[in-house]
Amino acid sequence: MSGKGMNLTLKIWRQKGANDKGRMVDYKVNDISEHMSFLEMMDVLNEQLIAEGEEPVAFDHDCREGICGMCSLYINGEAHGPDRGITTCQLHMRMFNDGDTITIEPWRAAAFPVIKDLVVDRTAFERIQQAGGFISVNTSGNTQDANAIPISKHDADEAMDAATCIGCGACVATCKNSSAMLFVGAKVSQYALLPQGQVEAADRVRNMVAQMDLEGFGNCTNTGACEVECPKGISLDNIARMNRELLKASLK
Amino acid sequence: MALDSRVPKGPIKDKWTTYKDKIDLVNPANKRLIDVIVVGTGLAGGSAAATLAELGYNVKAFCYQDSPRRAHSIAAQGGINAAKNYQGDGDSTYRLFYDTVKGGDYRSREANVYRLAEVSANIIDQCVAQGVPFARDYGGLLDNRSFGGVLVSRTFYAKGQTGQQLLLGAYSAMNRQIARGKIQMYNRHEMLDVVKVGGKARGIITRNLITGDIERHSAHAVVIASGGYGNVYFLSTNAMGSNATAAWKIHKKGAYFANPCYTQIHPTCIPRSGDYQSKLTLMSESLRNDGRIWVPKNMDDVMAIREGRKKPTDLSEDERDYYLERRYPAFGNLVPRDVASRAAKERCDAGYGVNATGEAVYLDFASAIERYGKEQAKINGIDNPSAAKITELGEAIVEAKYGNLFQMYEKIVDENPYKTPMMIYPATHYTMGGVWVDYNLMTTVPGLYCIGEANFSDHGANRLGASALMQGLADGYFVLPYTIGDYLADDIRTGAIPTDTPEFEEAEKEVRDRIDFFMNNNGTKSVDHFHKRLGKVMWDKVGMARNEKGLKEAMAEIKQIREEFWKDVKVPGDANEMNPELEKAGRVADFLELGELFAKDALMREESCGGHFREESVELDGEQKGEAKRKDDEFAFVAAWEYKGEPADAVMHKEELEFNDIELKQRSYK
Repeated sequence: MSGKGMNLTLKIWRQKGANDKGRMVDYKVNDISEHMSFLEMMDVLNEQLIAEGEEPVAFDHDCREGICGMCSLYINGEAHGPDRGITTCQLHMRMFNDGDTITIEPWRAAAFPVIKDLVVDRTAFERIQQAGGFISVNTSGNTQDANAIPISKHDADEAMDAATCIGCGACVATCKNSSAMLFVGAKVSQYALLPQGQVEAADRVRNMVAQMDLEGFGNCTNTGACEVECPKGISLDNIARMNRELLKASLK
Repeated sequence: MALDSRVPKGPIKDKWTTYKDKIDLVNPANKRLIDVIVVGTGLAGGSAAATLAELGYNVKAFCYQDSPRRAHSIAAQGGINAAKNYQGDGDSTYRLFYDTVKGGDYRSREANVYRLAEVSANIIDQCVAQGVPFARDYGGLLDNRSFGGVLVSRTFYAKGQTGQQLLLGAYSAMNRQIARGKIQMYNRHEMLDVVKVGGKARGIITRNLITGDIERHSAHAVVIASGGYGNVYFLSTNAMGSNATAAWKIHKKGAYFANPCYTQIHPTCIPRSGDYQSKLTLMSESLRNDGRIWVPKNMDDVMAIREGRKKPTDLSEDERDYYLERRYPAFGNLVPRDVASRAAKERCDAGYGVNATGEAVYLDFASAIERYGKEQAKINGIDNPSAAKITELGEAIVEAKYGNLFQMYEKIVDENPYKTPMMIYPATHYTMGGVWVDYNLMTTVPGLYCIGEANFSDHGANRLGASALMQGLADGYFVLPYTIGDYLADDIRTGAIPTDTPEFEEAEKEVRDRIDFFMNNNGTKSVDHFHKRLGKVMWDKVGMARNEKGLKEAMAEIKQIREEFWKDVKVPGDANEMNPELEKAGRVADFLELGELFAKDALMREESCGGHFREESVELDGEQKGEAKRKDDEFAFVAAWEYKGEPADAVMHKEELEFNDIELKQRSYK
């Protein structure tokens, strides 16, 4: 195929397991096409390692179209790498140049312990959602008609914007405090903006924030780096809304 | 064994209601004594797990991802159909039923499809109650869009991320039950076999993908909701981890596998760019509303474009072949997916493909941009607008409609689709075939259920857009929770199923033996090496067009690759840790068997229907000359295959399809 055929040096975090100390290891990959996605470049490296009898690099990935939230690489000091509004799987090698050295690390946060190499444990996000990220409605076939409660287009659109969060954890990895407030704020906001979410609103925000703190995520100091690195453009307004919801709940 | 579909008697519109009234129930206290395993947490598995737990059963749910929310249902873009008739445009349960059966080219089971249409409206109510932010109009009511193959607007959507929002809804319902302890969630766990005790499904064997531990889990019933097998082609729009292992393992333990040759090749995907390609990305069907598909008329222009001497925009209107408009004047660029895909292949096979690999056609928005631009100029009162002004106004409209898709395309291909036509090519997207189930969604193994894309029941030989989400949620929220009770009512006195029995012992041993084999094989080639070879055979010989010679070759070649795989596959690392290569090895081993059965099924079905096109079965004359020819007299049946050792030895059982409420007709798009 056409393309520059880049030769690259990769500095990759290798860590055998949760209890291993871990270290950076250098690898070379050659003749990388600019049209490859970043993860396809990682596939090339892994095929090379297997052929050489070495263990391939473990990294999380699945849909490879920017929606599942599984991929999670910290590339040259940025969550999901140098491009904006994308996940790692949507990053393409044309963002790099022949001869570049690329540093690849896992998400770094106390609440996201490394499982192996570039794979981290994000189940803290699961527990936060289990604490209140839902509306208590059973499945029956007898819920009221979907159009029974009109919802303003503005509120519905804003709820949708919050709901597009893919739960990848880039916000936490980017934040100097390892705060999860953008993630939690987005989830709280989606429900806070909808009439269906009102009944449990106070308990929801209290419980989710309490669980967030319990998991060891840091606080928000309004730097805004999370919003910049978020692949889905989740706005900082969601953190403000979460704080308002928490204040409201504390007055109840 | 004669297949019993267990379709209730009576008029089609009363079947489900009457049946539900007579179903055995389990009282709430007894539900606490019953365990159910659900494998897979997409729309079908996630909604089933949540609903069964709400009812009071003890649910154990499994997914290979690090969270149930990441199942590949999340990637569905367009929408979900429901017969709400909010637009007052004549929609009804019957029409949704009719469109689905016709769209499936008359190869689905009427009673299942009618039930699907019947419960579709409940899905929308349920999702709104959960806080799913569907698109709304300015009056605050739910908005609808229209999709291919139908005459009404019944598709509900949440931007281009409907699957994501519906899955997050089901996931939130699961979270509520996980918090109550009614669902035990096993993330990063893969099912590697089913365990039968006394002929009934009573548990599964799993591998913990973090520690490598092999675990036994028991239950009174097992539900498989593990999705489709599109990755048998290696390249598809599926997720990298999407696999057929759970479905294939239950097939090997007695569940019949139905119609494996029914696969949907979606016409509008971004073409592959090189051998390193790992997956293909879908561009929503909605683009065909405004995009015109073409290739150059002259081979000189094809070569000039491939060599970079000409750009597509250099070609005049008469130098372009808008082949869909030429062949199908009535439907033009909006023919169904199977027809559009085959037409693209026909042009590319004839040598007219426009990229370096020769496997791409143009999807051009220039006409739409001009049309919208002129319209906007008129609306804004601009007299004699310049061409540049028209383009500017037109592009703004196209951006409002498809902006996120255009951006996705530009990120991947590095070309601006507002200025130069998109390049697209068909790619494997969805599998209509799957595990055979009866009306209760139970497989041929008692106590073993299969729901969502993993089963075969609702889409016949071709699925309509926005119907996959509907089926997944219908099965999980509204069908299985009823039908499974009828079976479990007999288990209220059974007590917990022990796992220290010979049956579990044996199943675990099989799993361990296979893992040990991979770890000690010391082969020379990676798993992907074999998977790519399998994919190439599938695509070349069992892809968009199939013939007897090619299918026979495919069966032999797949068998050959399978034998080489077992001799020469190399799995690095250790079994007792996270080992993605080991995971892939097990999945590809299963694809290497499934692929052969797939080809065998395609060979048996000597007709063309839906996504299955046999070159030998085409109309020979008249208006439909060259189009797909269905043979209702010989092939109006479901082919359910029974495992007998080698895939080539599988034995076919027929379920004859009866059409009492819909007349069989030829589909025409001329």
